[in-house]
Amino acid sequence: MISLSHVSTTFAARGHEPLTAVDDVSLEVPRGSIQGIIGFSGAGKSTLLRNINLLERPTSGQVSVAGTELTGLDDAALRRARHQIGMIFQGFNLVNNLSVAQNVELSLKFAGVKDRRERLRRAAEALEIVDITDKASVYPAQLSGGQKQRVAIARALATKPEVLLCDEPTSALDPFTTATVLQYLADVNREFGITVVIVTHEMEVIKALADNVAVMEDGRVVEEFPASELRREGFNPRTSIGKYLLSDGIRLDRSGPAAHGSESGEQKSGQSTRRSPQHAESQDQGQTRRSEHAALAGSAGGVR
Amino acid sequence: MDLVIERLPEINQAMLETFAMIGVAIPVAVLLGTPLGIWLFVHAPDGLAPRPRSHAIVSGVVNMIRSFPFLILLIAIIPFTRFVVGTSVGTAAVIVPLTINAIPYFARLVEQNITQLGSGAVEASRAMGATRGQIIRNVLLVDAKPGLIGSITITTVSFISYSAMSGLVGGGGIGDLAIRYGYYRYETPTMIAAIVLMVLLVTLVQFAGTRLARASDRRVTA
Repeated sequence: MISLSHVSTTFAARGHEPLTAVDDVSLEVPRGSIQGIIGFSGAGKSTLLRNINLLERPTSGQVSVAGTELTGLDDAALRRARHQIGMIFQGFNLVNNLSVAQNVELSLKFAGVKDRRERLRRAAEALEIVDITDKASVYPAQLSGGQKQRVAIARALATKPEVLLCDEPTSALDPFTTATVLQYLADVNREFGITVVIVTHEMEVIKALADNVAVMEDGRVVEEFPASELRREGFNPRTSIGKYLLSDGIRLDRSGPAAHGSESGEQKSGQSTRRSPQHAESQDQGQTRRSEHAALAGSAGGVR
Repeated sequence: MDLVIERLPEINQAMLETFAMIGVAIPVAVLLGTPLGIWLFVHAPDGLAPRPRSHAIVSGVVNMIRSFPFLILLIAIIPFTRFVVGTSVGTAAVIVPLTINAIPYFARLVEQNITQLGSGAVEASRAMGATRGQIIRNVLLVDAKPGLIGSITITTVSFISYSAMSGLVGGGGIGDLAIRYGYYRYETPTMIAAIVLMVLLVTLVQFAGTRLARASDRRVTA
């Protein structure tokens, strides 16, 4: 359904080193499957997701969705193709001065549905999928985060797309609300056969939802495996980053002096002393990497 | 008090002149300044469709007009004013420089309002396959509406004050009346009456603007 072939994306800003956010990624997402993409902040996963609908045009490589090579389309054709690719975001990205129904109507308007009654009917239908019809005339400011994301899902689904791209859709939500939103995504995938690509830094989300997992680091997909492996006893990811993501989450080193607790202190002087107890424990290089990532994940958890 | 009553016809006339100046300058500024402000936003170096070179030129012209003190602009464009309204004195002659000044003034406010909105909804719209025009009409102007109403209010208030300088070319208006009778003729009561009227006018404009802006704003819980 989605085929990325040697996709690279480099950001060049004047006065800065060019930054390669996505580095020669090739990925196949089968029709009707749920593809998870996991990695830390700055791994390039959001850029890769934006490469799929060309919100971010890759510097090189080909992107095909539903048999159409998007990278070869002109602007008008690309806009038409995007009507078949829904997208939801971490920040929901609703139009705050429009009601819930009007927000959902917007995607239909953009897709060229001229008749207003038809638009309203289909918007109501989409709101029904995420069980939020009672909020149709309410404005986003009056909704909770989970409700906003459900409206965003309805907006993305109203045009009946074949693909749904999800950029950290639950990162701003609490665990309970996360479960609700993921349930809707799973339902949508099962009922309508929509191909879902979800980017996240939460392994929980991947475990719950994905069929296949791609692990990203430094712009590259370093590891791919079926999500069923995650539930298999004794599954051991090949890469250190995969190992870390599968670990029990944040583990802090509490052996050092308290003054080193701040991030800056840790970077300046704490590094060698504070790391030593864990380094002594670690058996392989993967374990060492894991402890390095502990601080990273701990501080970057809330940041996109 | 008798003096003020005696001046009522003049005061009346001056109010009408002020209404005429503001009534033409502000709507024209909104009509032309809005697209200009959108243009500045869209073609900014980091905008939806960057056009750095023409943006720099247009932005420079906007800055130039904005940096003219109104009194000097009034004089500097007299030939243009004469070309447009056929005269360089009177109320009509003031409306031209007022409008010329108000267009870039309002355009900058529009640009600022839209820039402040944040890129989330725009990004979502691009993902939905919206054209640039659709994004401007259905997303940017919709979310910027309360801010734009606020900007119209600010522009109106500022230009009521600018219109007081119209006396230089015999443009009249309530501010000019205050200067003529209060300053040149030492008729303090007439000046006070004129000032009270200006304060009332500004208060009314501000009150109405704030109410309208709030009524159109759904971005916060009521």
